[in-house]
Amino acid sequence: MTARKISMVYDLVRVEEKAIIEAARKRSDKIDFRFFDSKDLYFDIRDDDSKIREIFGKVVLQRCASYFRNMHLTAVLEGLGVNVVNNLNAAIFAGNKLLTSILLSKAGVSTPRTKIAFTEEGSLKALGELGYPAIIKPTIGSWGRLVACVNDEDAAKSVIEDREEMFPLYRVYYIQEKVKRPPRDIRAVVVGERTVAAIYRISTTGDWRTNTARGGRAENLPVDKELDDICLRATKPFGSGIFGVDLMESEDRGLIVHEINSTTEFKNVYSKSGVDIPSLIVEYLYELAGKL
Amino acid sequence: MSGGELKDLSETDCPECSAKIRIPSDAIDGEIVTCPDCGTGFELEISGSGTVTLKQAESVAEDWGE
Ligand SMILES: Nc1ncnc2c1ncn2[C@@H]1O[C@H](COP(=O)(O)OP(=O)(O)OP(=O)(O)O)[C@@H](O)[C@H]1O
Ligand SMILES: [Zn+2]
Repeated sequence: MTARKISMVYDLVRVEEKAIIEAARKRSDKIDFRFFDSKDLYFDIRDDDSKIREIFGKVVLQRCASYFRNMHLTAVLEGLGVNVVNNLNAAIFAGNKLLTSILLSKAGVSTPRTKIAFTEEGSLKALGELGYPAIIKPTIGSWGRLVACVNDEDAAKSVIEDREEMFPLYRVYYIQEKVKRPPRDIRAVVVGERTVAAIYRISTTGDWRTNTARGGRAENLPVDKELDDICLRATKPFGSGIFGVDLMESEDRGLIVHEINSTTEFKNVYSKSGVDIPSLIVEYLYELAGKL
Repeated sequence: MSGGELKDLSETDCPECSAKIRIPSDAIDGEIVTCPDCGTGFELEISGSGTVTLKQAESVAEDWGE
């Protein structure tokens, strides 16, 4: 049997990308694994599909941290007949918090109450209905960047006035109820049809955000049926793939999902749970390549 | 276009502060290394012949995330 050709595209080789490369090398008998810095790539949208398949194989793992690069590169590869993990719809929808909220809500998955507005005036009205404290986030971005908690209208005005000076994208106001939860949230990793591991992210620095990029601490959380169920229901609308699911434990509503990550970081989940996520990812790609 | 290669390397000088930065023996082109002295992040650029150069890592842009 000839080895299955599988590729990874990236813009940074972080701990995750390196671990995936190493996991693939352990399977070099079965997998011809290639990896490409997206910054070196260029395409013609009418490139020959078979030439592209010769270079990349039928399956490409998308690991670009830049949302715009990720989405456009996925689009061109899909256009040339490659199966990208995650698929273009997942990349677009999961990369945008509003689109994610809409999909979750339609799928009947518990998610924070969310409003959207486009001006200061509209935002203040929406916030008035929602009540304070509330959270204002950009629709794209991660690591808690520019995520603000506002306790009253004055605080909201000052956040919005700052954003009014920024790139148009930041003048789309994604507004959320502040969910009553313990000082922690949950990051679960879904590979294919299974929630493979999870951690608590616990805020330690007094920051209300729990992001480990902001000094939060991680702790293993064994996956039970309830967590697996909600993660699978939450990722289903995005199609099969590899996802980081962010959840909160609401005091009155139980587990609620606030975000889906399509190019998930997993080094903390990997080290705290001991689950070999890089190998599970490689195995998933291998199985997928076998079906095509 | 070709897939990345693993190369055998040892250490190099930090362009910012001249401290020694250790290059892992299994370093990969594009891998992020951080100077132990000044904390600057660099991207390893590994040429076909195996020479390493350190490039200032691309700074985190607004659209970066998970
Ligand atoms: N509606 C909410 N109520 C209470 N806490 C929230 C709410 N939304 C987000 N948080 C908390 O704020 C932090 C950042 O939120 P969120 O995950 O939405 O931002 P992010 O920038 O996408 O981060 P990530 O890197 O996790 O993707 C997290 O600790 C999360 O638990
Ligand atoms: Zn230095």
